Amino acid sequence: MIELDHVTKRYGDAAVVDDVSLTVERGTIMVIVGTSGSGKSTLLRMINRLVAPTKGRILIDGRDTAGLPEHDLRRGIGYAIQGHGLFPHRTVAENIATVPRLLKWEKDRVDERIDALLAAFALEPGLFRDKYPHQLSGGEQQRVGVARALAADPAVLLMDEPFGALDPIIRDKAQEDLLAVQRRLGTTVVLVTHDMDEAFRLGHRVAVMADGRVRQVGTPADLLTRPADAFVSRLTGTNDRALKLLSVRPVGSVVSPGPADGPPLPETASLRDALSALLWSGARALPVADASGRPLGRVTLDAVLASGRVG
Amino acid sequence: MRVATALRLALVALLAAFLAAPDWFEPVFAPLTENGAPAIYRQASLLQLTIAHLGTVAVASLAATVVAVGLGIFVSRPAGADFLPLSRAIVNVGQTFPPVAVLALAVPAVGFGTAPTLIALFLYGLLPIFENTLAGLRQVPAAVLDSARGMGLTGRQRLVEVELPLALPVILAGVRYSVVVSIGTATIGSTVAARGLGEVIIAGLTSGNTAFVLQGGLVVGVTAVLIHDGLLAAERRAMAARASKA
Amino acid sequence: MRDRDDQRRIDRLGALLAGIGALAAVLLPFVIAKPNRIVAGEPLGLVAALPGAAGWPVAAVLLLAGVLTILDRRPGVRLAVAGAALAAVCLAVGVAADGLTPEGDRYGRVSPGGAFWLLAAVSLLAATDALARMSLRPAGRIGALVIAAGATAALLASGAWADLSFMREYAARADVFWREAARHGVLAVGSLAAAIAMGLPLGILCHRSARLRQALMPTLTLIQTIPSMALFGILMAPLGALAAALPLAHDLGIRGIGLAPALLALFLYALLPVVANTAVGLADVPAAVTDAGRGMGLTDRQLLTRVELPLAFPVILTGIRIVLVQNIGLATVAALIGGGGFGTFVFQGIGQTAMDLVLLGAVPTIALAFASAVILDAAAEAARRRPA
Repeated sequence: MIELDHVTKRYGDAAVVDDVSLTVERGTIMVIVGTSGSGKSTLLRMINRLVAPTKGRILIDGRDTAGLPEHDLRRGIGYAIQGHGLFPHRTVAENIATVPRLLKWEKDRVDERIDALLAAFALEPGLFRDKYPHQLSGGEQQRVGVARALAADPAVLLMDEPFGALDPIIRDKAQEDLLAVQRRLGTTVVLVTHDMDEAFRLGHRVAVMADGRVRQVGTPADLLTRPADAFVSRLTGTNDRALKLLSVRPVGSVVSPGPADGPPLPETASLRDALSALLWSGARALPVADASGRPLGRVTLDAVLASGRVG
Repeated sequence: MRVATALRLALVALLAAFLAAPDWFEPVFAPLTENGAPAIYRQASLLQLTIAHLGTVAVASLAATVVAVGLGIFVSRPAGADFLPLSRAIVNVGQTFPPVAVLALAVPAVGFGTAPTLIALFLYGLLPIFENTLAGLRQVPAAVLDSARGMGLTGRQRLVEVELPLALPVILAGVRYSVVVSIGTATIGSTVAARGLGEVIIAGLTSGNTAFVLQGGLVVGVTAVLIHDGLLAAERRAMAARASKA
Repeated sequence: MRDRDDQRRIDRLGALLAGIGALAAVLLPFVIAKPNRIVAGEPLGLVAALPGAAGWPVAAVLLLAGVLTILDRRPGVRLAVAGAALAAVCLAVGVAADGLTPEGDRYGRVSPGGAFWLLAAVSLLAATDALARMSLRPAGRIGALVIAAGATAALLASGAWADLSFMREYAARADVFWREAARHGVLAVGSLAAAIAMGLPLGILCHRSARLRQALMPTLTLIQTIPSMALFGILMAPLGALAAALPLAHDLGIRGIGLAPALLALFLYALLPVVANTAVGLADVPAAVTDAGRGMGLTDRQLLTRVELPLAFPVILTGIRIVLVQNIGLATVAALIGGGGFGTFVFQGIGQTAMDLVLLGAVPTIALAFASAVILDAAAEAARRRPA
């Protein structure tokens, strides 16, 4: 668990981060979203003390981060940034081994870890271990960057616009990978982005920042249905808010018993996908199945439409 | 590439032969002399002069490299930040000090001989290496430094494991340039009685013997070209070794 | 880092410079007084060197300057302080020489000592640092240079330094000094002009023909590795032969020794930077720009004169800066083959172990090279800011 307790950062007279309190539950993804200059990156960088807070405390699992030497603190926290920051003079394997080596892991353990991480990110170890960053595609570089951040099995992973430099299709895949890896490892993730769709897709909870302050914290549905102020509602979109709302809710939440014809939808699909499938097929209802294909019931057009309404 | 290598080997062989047995080359230089003046410099062994010349350059360049790289690292750390603007300004105007002037001004401090030459070569050699150290450290991408810091590398680890390796090619280019310039500049040291190949050229100038001037100049020029190419090849080999290391 | 800076009050560079200055002022002689040019002199400290109690106010000014340069981080204040310290040191050394020279003495020599040189050096460095922190625009830098040159000229013309050793050397040979100065200028600027006249077209040709570039560049680079003394010497022979064979050449002033081989050697050294920078400057012109120019119907010649050369101009100017600064320095070596210039004093001084004479040659050379560098750097930057 990460607790930010009345954290402030001033440069001269200007408060870049102004009295922010925020709690990130263990094993969840918190997305901090805001326009450029909102202080979101500074807030993130205070968690691993790349920026020292002017005021306030930051606790990780109850321990004040100010009590640890900076480099020790950082070795226990994964860090991935836009443009990946891979060491150009080190191979993929050496890059991933950076923190484990700093922590003086056994060589065998490091090697094992490298192969496991490469495999987890769909990078064939035999092919990629000895490549240099410049020999990789943008998407591969980004995956290695995240793998490197996760190398020493950190309980916390900080990500600063990690997918900002990727094209839409690769970004989509990278987000999917991150969700899968996070679910499997149970890492606590704090991710900074300016992209609201990314925030809704990835965040268990989303914090909206502007002018150094947190305007609202809540689940994506909270932000869509009960925006705290005009700024948040403008940021979450006005025209397609209903569609956004559908896209953050899973089919599983509106399954009702009963039969339906047609190809089954997975329970993890979003209601937006369900609506699309319903419109496309012209059916009033479609069957829903779980990951193993076992039928769970059906989703009706009326149920989907009801979910897109505020309240 | 093959032809160039063969050419260089031939040049090395020719230089070695000339330094070992200059008398064999008497017929080549004889047409340049007048009134039966000697065609080959014999007051001192050309080989020994070359060794003394290169020794002076090596000592000065080594000291300049150590000091310049150290200073370059220092002013690029937070602790040395106060010194950065002046360092840049000095780098910018430092080359305007002609080597002759530096040499002449060193004489009152340390007297005649090799010492003022060493000082002048050292001071003159500092600038390109310092400049390249700064440039090399500055071109390390910000994202790389940020992630190094974020992963918990200490300041020292960042310097040794990330910044210096990435700046190395630029620093080595500065050293190479500095050494080559020093080989030429060291000849001027002979005007303040330093031992070196300049002696041969001065003897030629004072006695109007073009053969001496030419052989002194050629040995210096050929040595400089060969050392330049040698250092370049060594740099490339080191980079290639690093890049292919698993 | 920024917040740490705010808390730290002391300027480390200022502390270092002030420390060096203080040590020099205390430990080293401010001037050295000699009964004549040859014998060893008597070293005198700052206070002892100045008549009466005049040393104390100078010391007080220097002390205050030192303290301010450590504590005050505003560049404007630091520049003023450094300027005041420099003025104090320069005036003091003149007053000391005046006081120590008996009326009508023609043989006595009062030379500045280590304390003067170091104090002047740290003041200059502090001023340079302050100017660097101001990050002046090109016009500002030229302005600063003009002010510095004006102050120096005023100091020299005022006669405040008349009793200092190197000014006495100057007074004894003012005619020769200006003749050699003119000679130095001819050597440096003449060879530069020739190099531009020849190097610019060659650079354009090199840009167009890879084959010419591959043949010419290594040759020009090779010339750079020949030590200057040797190149000067080597050129004496063919020019001597030319003069002997062609009386007309001889009448034109082409001789084996003197100006001709020196000019030719400097010209050869100057070719590489001019040719290389012209070629690089042209190669750096974005392809989209030349493409657009061609698309609008410019002929090759129009493209060159209206698009390519103007865009390459800052790079070419940088090459010219390299050449001029390098040639001003190398021209000193021309004295060894009778080519004249400031090197005459340097080598005479070395020969007679008369350092005042060395200074008479070295200081103007450095000043000339420095001024050229500042002016051409500013010009190149101005050209970059506002491409023609």
